[in-house]
Amino acid sequence: MRRSMLFIPGNTPNLLMNGDVLGADSIILDLEDAVSPAEKDSARILVRNALKSLHYKGCEIIIRINPVDTEYWMHDLDEIIPLKPNMIMPPKVSCAQDVKTVSDYIAKLEEKCGFEKNTVKLIPLIETAMGIENAFQIAGADERVAAMFLGGEDLTADLRCKRTKEGTEIFYARTRMVCAARACGVDVYDTPFTDVDDIEGLYKDAAFAKGLGFSGKASISPRHVEGINEVFSPTQAEIDYAHEVMETIRIAKEQGKGVVSLRGKMIDAPIVARAQQVIEMERAMFGGVEDDE
Amino acid sequence: MNIKTSAVAGTLESSDVYVKVEPCDQLEIEIESVVYNQFAEQIKKSVMEVVEEQGVTTGKISVNDKGAIDCVIKARVETAIKRAGGDK
Amino acid sequence: MSKLVASIKEAIEQCGLKDGMTISFHHHMRNGDYVLNMVMEAIAEMGFKNLTVNASSVFDVHEPIIDHIKNGVVTGIECNYMGGKVGKAISEGLMDKPVIFRSHGGRASDMEKGTSVIDIAFIAAPTSDDMGNCTGKFGKSACGSIGYAFADAMNAKKVVVITDNLVEYPLVDFSIPEVYVDCVVAVDQIGNPAGIVSGTTKITRDPVGLKMASYAAKVIEASGLLKDGFSFQTGAGGATLAAAKYIKEMMLEKGIQGSFGMGGITGYMVDMLNEGCFKALLDVQCFDLKAVESIRSNPKHMEVSATQYAGVSGKSAGVDSLDVVLLGATQVDLDFNVNVHTDSNGYIMGGSGGHCDTAAGSKLSIIIAPLTRARLPLVVDRCLCISTPGSTVDVVVTQRGIAVNTAGGKNVELKEKLKEAKLPVVEIADLKRMAEEIAGVPKPVQMSDKVVANVIYRDGTLLDVIHAVK
Repeated sequence: MRRSMLFIPGNTPNLLMNGDVLGADSIILDLEDAVSPAEKDSARILVRNALKSLHYKGCEIIIRINPVDTEYWMHDLDEIIPLKPNMIMPPKVSCAQDVKTVSDYIAKLEEKCGFEKNTVKLIPLIETAMGIENAFQIAGADERVAAMFLGGEDLTADLRCKRTKEGTEIFYARTRMVCAARACGVDVYDTPFTDVDDIEGLYKDAAFAKGLGFSGKASISPRHVEGINEVFSPTQAEIDYAHEVMETIRIAKEQGKGVVSLRGKMIDAPIVARAQQVIEMERAMFGGVEDDE
Repeated sequence: MNIKTSAVAGTLESSDVYVKVEPCDQLEIEIESVVYNQFAEQIKKSVMEVVEEQGVTTGKISVNDKGAIDCVIKARVETAIKRAGGDK
Repeated sequence: MSKLVASIKEAIEQCGLKDGMTISFHHHMRNGDYVLNMVMEAIAEMGFKNLTVNASSVFDVHEPIIDHIKNGVVTGIECNYMGGKVGKAISEGLMDKPVIFRSHGGRASDMEKGTSVIDIAFIAAPTSDDMGNCTGKFGKSACGSIGYAFADAMNAKKVVVITDNLVEYPLVDFSIPEVYVDCVVAVDQIGNPAGIVSGTTKITRDPVGLKMASYAAKVIEASGLLKDGFSFQTGAGGATLAAAKYIKEMMLEKGIQGSFGMGGITGYMVDMLNEGCFKALLDVQCFDLKAVESIRSNPKHMEVSATQYAGVSGKSAGVDSLDVVLLGATQVDLDFNVNVHTDSNGYIMGGSGGHCDTAAGSKLSIIIAPLTRARLPLVVDRCLCISTPGSTVDVVVTQRGIAVNTAGGKNVELKEKLKEAKLPVVEIADLKRMAEEIAGVPKPVQMSDKVVANVIYRDGTLLDVIHAVK
């Protein structure tokens, strides 16, 4: 279950120690923007040690490495891949080649460590105009890509416009990302909300993103995590419907029926897939719920 | 490895540790900590583990600890040693 | 007739101070207090020796008392809280006679019972008339409630009011009436307003603190106590205050009409009163300007004495009607005993205040504290000092787990309810173990044999002793 992703500065011991209790489904240990150039070495060694010694229970580990046009990214991967993080987030991904470059290097390291290929997934961070235009190629660039993430702050700088709460300036980018991701069958995550103190605004922004089809949303502030989780959790109605769908399918199977409908709608593969996802989220949220198959 | 230049790593923030590595004609470890009474031995052990791992034979390692846990101490000591560099 | 005397020295002479006597002060001027230092300076200059100072709290601003101890002017201290500066000196064995620590309720009750005899009480009063009708609600050094001063005024043999805002007789809306006062002294400043009350109390932005606060609010919700008539008390900062924000949100969402909020009162509690969460506030101390303004103008925001707040000598006290209290802790042991007197190295830097009083009286007492503080664990085998007995502590909330005290068969239902609410319920020993896994096992601190403080429980019995640091 990945509704919320929270950025944790990679060079701050206090935050690294408590990253997993802040309620986010995934934490992004940041070696890039949160760390000054002078401290890049310090941060990657600290994050490597943290991954080795701290048991980050109940949350997924994503590492944001440095961009491929810097001297740091390979060193970042050298230190981190042996610790088997769940995903690597390369920032400023502008084309499919960026993805391939990182993926190939990770593959080398996976082999060296004796891991199965593609153990570590990729979640490219798209925050340039070129990246948005190439979103489809990026999403499909490599088997390793499991998700995509939109970076609104840097994108608006590239677009030469202001980043606003309403987000009109990133509307195209948002919908383009969703289309590209879904076309390639991967998840897609929305950019953090701009105002740390405006919780009501955060809810609105997250709901808007959900409405566009995003799988979840990132944040840089722990205070946004609860709201994002709430918005991206299935409602009770959605959960009930999901169980109804699975029950309908089960009965149809028993009766040997091929095609079924529920409430006047045909239950085809996508609806079943969605229902299964919702039930899985329910299990993750509430634990130990009856299996519907 | 003999430490050849001075280098620092870490900060004085709570739960972090400030490490300074300098050349010295023998191996010297100096520890200052807000939790000295409770963790002096552990801190020394963590520092020595990294010193041995990195193959440091001479150098002065000064540690000003604000309650960092072992993996943080080791990270900062390793970073400082690597920044200082040395020769065999 | 006027009780006005020209100076503090004259007041001291008039009241007949002698070597070996006990004098008292309240701490409503907090870290902005000038009065204790002014009085002690006068006393030292006049050559008195061997005095016992009974101050409801000793703050860092009272550091000059260390010299008075060195010079033999002061040979005994009794208080409910001692800040780190004076605390360090005491912990290092500065004074021969052990400090006597009481709780807010205990100090007032011991005065009323006659166990604690005050020869002269010095009452810093932001406003007073020349006959001694005085209050904390008005004046340039206004502090709001002067709840801790009532027992002093009513029980001391002699009472001196020291004010920096003398008004015409009679003071309208006095708190302490003239019947108890022997003399009045007017000075330029009784304290520094910036140190008396903070401008506004801000809740913590620390994400770990907010997480604990959110858990605490959920514990209260799951307990079933959050319904019409709900009453609660919380701290003035950190995670305990942040919890008030979450509780308010819950109350407003569910339309719950509470009965009262109590304690040291902050602007947050005032907001809750004004937004209809409570019918009244029982205020023994104001922490910020909003609280001072509120107690001045809102009859539902009532000043209460320490005895009414937390004492055992009255027929009842506010703590006895309290549903929930949120408290902090430096250490908690496996029996849920709590230490708020010393840090993890054994240095005195706190005191019970109202801690043990509220824990004893409330239906549900919740300790909120981080699992570790700069590598030092919250949960230990044995506290360096027992400030509040575990039998009065119900729940410990950390960011990694919540422990429920079920010793003696209590709170079993509560524990189940917390589990049903999907809260991370663990055993108290688990909290110790988790901290050790993250931070390592600390070597126990060795203390010296010399006793530097006696901790007296609210009922007058000896709860624990504090040793000098080695």
